[in-house]
Amino acid sequence: MEELLRSIPILGESILLYLVLAALPLVFMLLYALVTVWVEMKVSAHIQDRLAYMRTGPHGVAQPIADVLKLLQKENTVPATADKFLHALSPYLVFAGTYGAFAAIPFSSAYIGSNIDLGVFYLVAVSSIVVVGILMAGWASNNKWSLFGAVRSAAQIISYEIPAALAILVAVMISESLNLQVVSRLQQGGIQDWIVFGGALPLTQKLLVMPFTIIAFLMLLIAGIAEVNRTPFDLPEAESELVQGYNTEYSGMRFAVFYMAEYANMFVVAAIAASLFLGGWASPFGEFLSGPIWGFVWIVAKGMFIVFVQIWVRWTLPRLRVDQLMYTAWKVMIPALFLCVFAVGLILVL
Amino acid sequence: MNPSEIHERLTSTFGAAVVDAKLDAAQPWIQIAPDKIDQVCQFLAREDDLAFDYLMCLSGVDYNNGTLGVVYHLSSIRHRHKIVLKASCAKDAPHVASVSLIWGTADWHEREAFDLMGIIFDGHPDLRRILLPADWEGHPLRKDYKVQEFYNGMRVPY
Amino acid sequence: MPETRILPTEYVTDPNLRVTSSGKTIRSEEMIINMGPQHPSTHGVLRLELVLDGEIVMDVIPHIGYLHRCFEKHAEHMTNYQQVIPYADRMDYLASMNNDWAYALAVERLMKIEVPERVEYIRIIMAELQRIASHLVALGTFGIDMGAFTPFLWMFRDREKILDLFEMTCGARLLYNYVWVGGVSHDLPSQFVDQAKAFCRYLKPKIKEYNDLLTYNEIFVRRTANVGVLPADVAINYACSGPMLRGSGVNWDLRRDDPYSLYHTLEWEVQVGKGEVGTVGDCWDRFIVKVREMEESLRIIEQALDRLPEGNVQSAIPKRIRPEAGEIYVRTETPRGELGFYIISDGTASPSRVKARGPAFVNLSVISEISKGAMIADLVAIVGSIDIVLGEVDR
Repeated sequence: MEELLRSIPILGESILLYLVLAALPLVFMLLYALVTVWVEMKVSAHIQDRLAYMRTGPHGVAQPIADVLKLLQKENTVPATADKFLHALSPYLVFAGTYGAFAAIPFSSAYIGSNIDLGVFYLVAVSSIVVVGILMAGWASNNKWSLFGAVRSAAQIISYEIPAALAILVAVMISESLNLQVVSRLQQGGIQDWIVFGGALPLTQKLLVMPFTIIAFLMLLIAGIAEVNRTPFDLPEAESELVQGYNTEYSGMRFAVFYMAEYANMFVVAAIAASLFLGGWASPFGEFLSGPIWGFVWIVAKGMFIVFVQIWVRWTLPRLRVDQLMYTAWKVMIPALFLCVFAVGLILVL
Repeated sequence: MNPSEIHERLTSTFGAAVVDAKLDAAQPWIQIAPDKIDQVCQFLAREDDLAFDYLMCLSGVDYNNGTLGVVYHLSSIRHRHKIVLKASCAKDAPHVASVSLIWGTADWHEREAFDLMGIIFDGHPDLRRILLPADWEGHPLRKDYKVQEFYNGMRVPY
Repeated sequence: MPETRILPTEYVTDPNLRVTSSGKTIRSEEMIINMGPQHPSTHGVLRLELVLDGEIVMDVIPHIGYLHRCFEKHAEHMTNYQQVIPYADRMDYLASMNNDWAYALAVERLMKIEVPERVEYIRIIMAELQRIASHLVALGTFGIDMGAFTPFLWMFRDREKILDLFEMTCGARLLYNYVWVGGVSHDLPSQFVDQAKAFCRYLKPKIKEYNDLLTYNEIFVRRTANVGVLPADVAINYACSGPMLRGSGVNWDLRRDDPYSLYHTLEWEVQVGKGEVGTVGDCWDRFIVKVREMEESLRIIEQALDRLPEGNVQSAIPKRIRPEAGEIYVRTETPRGELGFYIISDGTASPSRVKARGPAFVNLSVISEISKGAMIADLVAIVGSIDIVLGEVDR
């Protein structure tokens, strides 16, 4: 992708090239958000035995556009006693945290925003900026309920970073690289080479490692749902208790940015899990249906599948209480993942 | 136990506090002096063979003849018998002893009787209005209640 | 000689100062926060003043009265005892049939009216259908408070079928004015019996679906077991009734223990909480009692539909209701508990005093007892399990 763009005379080596490269995921994110809003609406409706929107476009496909237009023209209400600067800054900080992660996700063998060797490390680090944004939102709203939501959310995201990082570590140990392009390339041989099924290792090692990688993958999914603040981990925005949590005092464009950041975060988490465990842009059939453009299709398909699982789980399960949430992270997931890391390490070394 | 036996027990224990009784009515009632009602209720709740552990309802009544009253509907889950107690007081000095320390449910019932009828329950830990705003004037369920003209600047009768 | 420790003078006077283990004094305050009156999970206009220490609730002070509509004063000014029935409907608006029946029963006992057998069976069928509808709302909204959005919509879909039955009979979906003193307002239409039997067959597997999705779900159990435990003696002392009392293990149901109408001729069982997944009297017990009561109501409805005799449902409705001077207290078992009406008649055509003893009002008073030491999320579970309807709390 970079060579293709470089060949366009106006771009060449100027800064415009890099601006275009950085804007491409933004275009993707906006389109993806429109699609996912519709998917969530329809999936939740059919789980709940109802139809959702049917009139704005056939089966409501134009509804997300209508929602965006509505949010754009809404009045931006800010509480009189709120901290205006922080109130304005926090949605964009949360957005920056999620958008920054798009830089290191390999969308195809020919395109990755920034091909750094510390890809995974960078991803884990940049998604922590979201915590700062959320805390800022809760504090700046000058609303006790928002503050509650923000503090809970911060505690939750920080706690679930650790199981996520440990699960990622399992994949990294097998692929021996932190660079997501390298990890994806390693899984090119077909579905049997996917790290969730043990990776491209000799058969005995693969069979020994497989239970641990499956566990690590499931734990990564769970930690991912917790990172995105979705049910069963959505206590920070639990409608029935906190109205909308840290989002309460936001409306209009700023709320739209929060909303989009949440959906983008869902995809980031899904894409990371897909790249590390499900082969990323590699086709499950090996050589068949592979190539730079097919790679993009595959990673988007895998990411959307995991997003679908997240939506499905949201509308099925009740939510955990905040101390149960913390208990699950610290006393269940982290010991289990330590075991996985230790076991995988042992198997790889021996 | 049937109501006449209960009446027997009460007169033998409390004597003059039992003011009146009507044991042939569809639901027999016993009238108790308003300042002794808490002792009577304590007796009824604690005695083993009476064991009136369930206060079904506590109502304030305006008898429209210058007296207010409180009617207690008691029942026993253990023995499955019921009795009705009444306590009357004058409208200009409406004091009745509170039974909220015997049955926890009497707390809110007495607050409601105070709020809507103006009966003051002596010994209640926290007697304040429950259904109406704290700065409302008057006690609406009284027969001679006149609604106030304005409440916080809003016209009340419309 | 032991050393006497002299405390800093501020500690003696200020209870908010605490001494840490290293000997320093830190100041901490309890936060007072308002839940309501506009709040998604207080099920109506209820204001709960919470005194919090972090996430732990130190005290709950409920403030009610936001929906007070002077039911008792209106009842005294009606020119006819029948005119009070629409007001009684609107008290507990999710269980209107039961409210109407309680009031009508009180006036019938005051006037010593006997209603025909067909009327009794129709009232039983309507009351039990209403019980199922009310429990569906209670369980659905409880699920939503816990974060399970889906059972709410499924339960409302099933409740629509009950509302269709009601609409077919009397034209209204929520506030029926159906049970009158001495009879009912409309006879059952011809398709009612078949449609009601079809509904009973339809709902049984659906209750099993709810159990699979929500009741025995691990997360739901962890949220509700051992939360808001109401011991049996506290429940009796606070005059709790209905599923709250039975959830605490007390085997007491007015349909069997203070019988009215023809319940004693039908075969059904009283469901009591046994502490299956936690302590007896926790939120989960109250929930499962309601689920099982729905199944029992289906049994009652099927039996009543089979035994429905012919008759004129309006033959016993008196032309003029002018009871002799007297008074009566009658209580019935509504979905929320014991609804009692204390009516004093002075011989005229309008009642002298109508006191409505609402079960939600009485059940709500126990909330400060059972929520001490709970977290905010637990408080939501407790309020949801008490199943209040503000129309009945405030009247």
